[in-house]
Amino acid sequence: MERPVTLHVDGTARKLSVDTRTTLLDALREQLAVTASKKGCDHGQCGACTVLLDGRRVLACLVLAVTCDRSEVTTADGLGGSGSPHPVQRALLEHDGLQCGYCTPGQACSAVGMLDEAKAGWPSAVTEDPRQNVELTEDEIRERMSGNLCRCGAYPNIVAALREAIR
Amino acid sequence: MIPFEYRRAEDTDSAVAAVEEAPRAVFLAGGTNLVDHLKLGITAPEELVDVTALPLDTIESTPDGGLRIGATVRNSDLAASPPVRERYRALSLALLSGASAQLRNRATTGGNLLQRTRCPYFQEVTTPCNKRSPGTGCSALHGHNKNHAVLGASDSCVATHPSDMAVAMAALDGTVHVRSSRDERTIPVTELHRLPGEQPHRDTVLERGELITAVDLPPLPEGTYTAYRKVRERASYAFALVSVAAVLRVANGVIDDVRLAFGGLAHKPWRAGTAEERLRGAIPEEATFREAAEAELSVARPLADNAFKIPLARNTLGAVLRDLTTEVLR
Amino acid sequence: MTQDVGSGAVGSPVERLDGQAKVTGNAPYAFEQLTEGAVYLHPLRAPVARGRVTEMDTSAAEAVGGVRAILLAGQVEQLDTRDRELAVLQSREVAFRGQYVGAVLATTPENARHAASLVRVSCAASPPDVALEGDRADLYAPEVVNPRFGTDTEQGDTDSAFEEAAYFIDRTYRTPMEHNNPMEPHATVAHWDGGELSLYDSTQGAHSVRATLAPLFGLPTDRVRVQAPHVGGGFGSKGLPHANVVLAALAARSVPGTPVKFAVTRQQIFTVAGHRTPTIQRIRLGATRSGELTAITHDVVEHTSRIKEFAEQTAVPTRNMYRAANRRTTHRLAALDVPVPSWMRAPGECPGMFALESAVDEMARECGQDPVEFRIRNEPSEDPETGLPFSSHNLATCLRRGAEGFGWYDRNAPARSSPDAAGWIPGVGVAASTYPVFRSPGSRALVLAEGSGRYRVSIGAVDIGTGARTALTQIAADALGTEVSAIDLRIADTALPYANVAGGSSGTTCWGTAIHEAAGKLRAEHGSAPLPGASAEGETTSNPESGRFAMHAYGAQFAEVRVHADTGEVRVPRMLGVFAVGRVINPRTARSQFLGGMTMGLSMALHEEAVLDHELGHVVNQDLAEYHIATNADVGAIEITWLDEQDPHVNPMGSKGIGEIGIVGTAAAVANAVQHATGVRVRQLPITPDKLIS
Repeated sequence: MERPVTLHVDGTARKLSVDTRTTLLDALREQLAVTASKKGCDHGQCGACTVLLDGRRVLACLVLAVTCDRSEVTTADGLGGSGSPHPVQRALLEHDGLQCGYCTPGQACSAVGMLDEAKAGWPSAVTEDPRQNVELTEDEIRERMSGNLCRCGAYPNIVAALREAIR
Repeated sequence: MIPFEYRRAEDTDSAVAAVEEAPRAVFLAGGTNLVDHLKLGITAPEELVDVTALPLDTIESTPDGGLRIGATVRNSDLAASPPVRERYRALSLALLSGASAQLRNRATTGGNLLQRTRCPYFQEVTTPCNKRSPGTGCSALHGHNKNHAVLGASDSCVATHPSDMAVAMAALDGTVHVRSSRDERTIPVTELHRLPGEQPHRDTVLERGELITAVDLPPLPEGTYTAYRKVRERASYAFALVSVAAVLRVANGVIDDVRLAFGGLAHKPWRAGTAEERLRGAIPEEATFREAAEAELSVARPLADNAFKIPLARNTLGAVLRDLTTEVLR
Repeated sequence: MTQDVGSGAVGSPVERLDGQAKVTGNAPYAFEQLTEGAVYLHPLRAPVARGRVTEMDTSAAEAVGGVRAILLAGQVEQLDTRDRELAVLQSREVAFRGQYVGAVLATTPENARHAASLVRVSCAASPPDVALEGDRADLYAPEVVNPRFGTDTEQGDTDSAFEEAAYFIDRTYRTPMEHNNPMEPHATVAHWDGGELSLYDSTQGAHSVRATLAPLFGLPTDRVRVQAPHVGGGFGSKGLPHANVVLAALAARSVPGTPVKFAVTRQQIFTVAGHRTPTIQRIRLGATRSGELTAITHDVVEHTSRIKEFAEQTAVPTRNMYRAANRRTTHRLAALDVPVPSWMRAPGECPGMFALESAVDEMARECGQDPVEFRIRNEPSEDPETGLPFSSHNLATCLRRGAEGFGWYDRNAPARSSPDAAGWIPGVGVAASTYPVFRSPGSRALVLAEGSGRYRVSIGAVDIGTGARTALTQIAADALGTEVSAIDLRIADTALPYANVAGGSSGTTCWGTAIHEAAGKLRAEHGSAPLPGASAEGETTSNPESGRFAMHAYGAQFAEVRVHADTGEVRVPRMLGVFAVGRVINPRTARSQFLGGMTMGLSMALHEEAVLDHELGHVVNQDLAEYHIATNADVGAIEITWLDEQDPHVNPMGSKGIGEIGIVGTAAAVANAVQHATGVRVRQLPITPDKLIS
């Protein structure tokens, strides 16, 4: 069952017809050839497909594309705007916060979403006093980035990169 | 995944009517559980009725000083909302220790309550499972059952309920508002989920077409403290082996009010009534906590791989009460 | 050996050359190729672990829109192979649950999946046998263990030595079945066109995929092309082609001219992409009163599949790690109804050193000696097995430097401290790491002068995230006396000269040596400013010094843990690794390799365990929610250092492999630290709360 939708992907309006079963992830990758969002598990267990959907980090593998009509989707490719990498991406490069690169676009999107959440004062499971505003310590970053698995083990470098991006 | 229709509901009446009328229609909220299950073939609806556009996404204080939480409020918004952080810390912590930030940004209050078990046999459609395919048997009963139930299970099903949020809501005496085309009703959170018995395919007492619209939390009296502690095999992004939600108030050196719930032990959030009874009126001290926990867990029946959950639950409950007492007395 | 001209590129922390493409998501992986007009493959899988398929009813599946073809076991073209893992769909026998028994091709992934779910597969099944026990009657000795080590060794008289020993321990350690789980699932885009097969594949060896597939399909190798532009990790599971690649190629032949896309699902990875065998390891150690080891035995039991043997070389590191006059190592296998085991990061060393380094820790305590000093005291002065001198051996320096850097000597000597206010009990542990220097002959590189001081360097190697692209560019720049920016490195394609698989921590050795040789030849034949079009080819030969020296890398790992007194949760806030690995080509990417290895070792220590259901025969926890790998929150501060080690014998660069040694020993360091904290010795991985709760 096909439905027309318009997705605003990395700043460009894309009109397409989607099977109601198609996830946002498959719509991006297979129909629009936008492959910055990666399929690592397809079941919400790894974070490789993380994108910003209307500004929030979500897992594209568990979102049906048909529910995203007129939404803004930002992948790692669009994080920096006009061709240049986002400061978070630049920091990941400098700190070698990646190896195989497959989880990396999701890590980058997740980090940008995470910084916005912290700016809004959202607590995490390790926030000492959830009534207070948060400071992004290493432990805070680790917890907040734990939805993005990295099998190459770049976590310490990712944390170092994000500490720098915050400064 | 069989082909299905998709409909975005504009108002609550039409949403419940749509699901009631179509025998194989289901509600779609955040999708974090349903889309997973569609791919695995656990469920095969012919129509999804999207409820995320319904006006159920607000968090409001109630006249009695409690809180009304809309069914489509996202888990992350709920965890971060000032009244929850200030007055219902256990709920905020429970939400934040569930899943990952990305999932919490999608998952909703109603969907979280209705999420289904993470039993790996339930999730693998080629294996027998009474919950997924009634009458086929329970693969976990004599299979790998480390993460399974020690309380209230039956030979038909030993699955656990995976929610953290629901455990906190059970301890906080939450009430679920449910709507159908015929009427509205309220159900205590502790009575929403069923024990498996002979009908493990029924997770909750909800009838077909009933839609959760909100959860009410009653006010907590002055001087009440709450906590949530989750023990799991990773430091983050993992389901609970055991979790404990606790509400505690101490007056004149004795426990004046205590409400406790366990996660990870049963087919539902397990309200620890026996332990509460032992503790009410007692002096808050280590030995009493342990005794109360042991009384609660005396009915526990371990499986081959999960006997450890009993001492783990006892110790975790003790640690939570010890920490809360320290906080209360500070 | 020829010397580098030395532009200083080798040894400098060059930023990952494909880094920008990766952080923005623009680096293309296998599945992201040739999407236009492609069809999607969804496999059919055996719903039983042992038996045979009796019937497959495809009528409902055929009615699904967009279905292009359905392949069924026993009804496809014959493949020329005796490898029963790769004899995909050749018979209806079922050797393990989840084995491929068919495939559906459809124009969308949704329809392929849906149609596959409608195929009714009936089987005649018998109860599977998947339980590994140390006392099974059917254990057998394989002819060799991976890759071609002797199965058993025996030196001296261990029984007498144990009898005479002042201290004696006899312990059994167990490691579970583990899965590599690279973040990018195995994926292939296969395309038959005019009798030629082209593949984009997520592999550690483009040439090895070609060498395996061409004869299978009766093709000369030049009719097969394999490309692997970017690969999202492998850790051994993409080292040898598995059934999924064959299935994709087979399916593509049924729709010539149309590309077939097949990404193995995460769940399927647990059955078709290899795994590490579970191990049962009995270790006995005897020592003198002064703490000198006199006898070591290491007897290993592990599983393999009924259709294909893979014998992990678990006891091999015990053959040369410590000095002892009497020694025995053995490997025994049970062939079960399980998926085919294969390489997983440091096969042999990784599980074997968990057991050995735990046992050595236990013995040090038995002798009342410091575990660091005990290890140093028992260092061999030459290879105990062959008597060969070591090309370099700096384990003691790693241990000493690590102990100093970690604050080892400041720790509480007795085990079992009391918990802090939050209930956490601290502890520290140490373990040694080792990994052999492998070098296979045959890799070739072509260097072409492009003029204006620029060079094109071609070799069919792959970068699976190791940083090979960057390191090889640095090696080329150095060997050609130029800058990194003057090198145009072409890799990841069988159209380029032959390269060995990225495995055995030998990629840089095998490929770098070939590049080095080619560059040397170009300079010798055409001078330091060759004209455009001048070219030379180099080839890696066997190491002429391999018969004269024993060659290994070493390391020391230290771990600080906290164990929660109430819940048995284990946290690892701090680790330190010190390595002696010869010359480090790129400190930035090398550090990441060590970090990654230690992180995976930590994950092995605390989380990883695939559980087989004894009645149904499948991996129960077949996804990333249930098969836990470490998250960011599980990993604390990890400090990495290495010695300035000179080893002229290993290869022209003086470098030893670094991809695997980081995972070796980590789990033992953590287990030893847990023992220090709690007094509880966990001999069965992973160290989960249930094993520490009381």
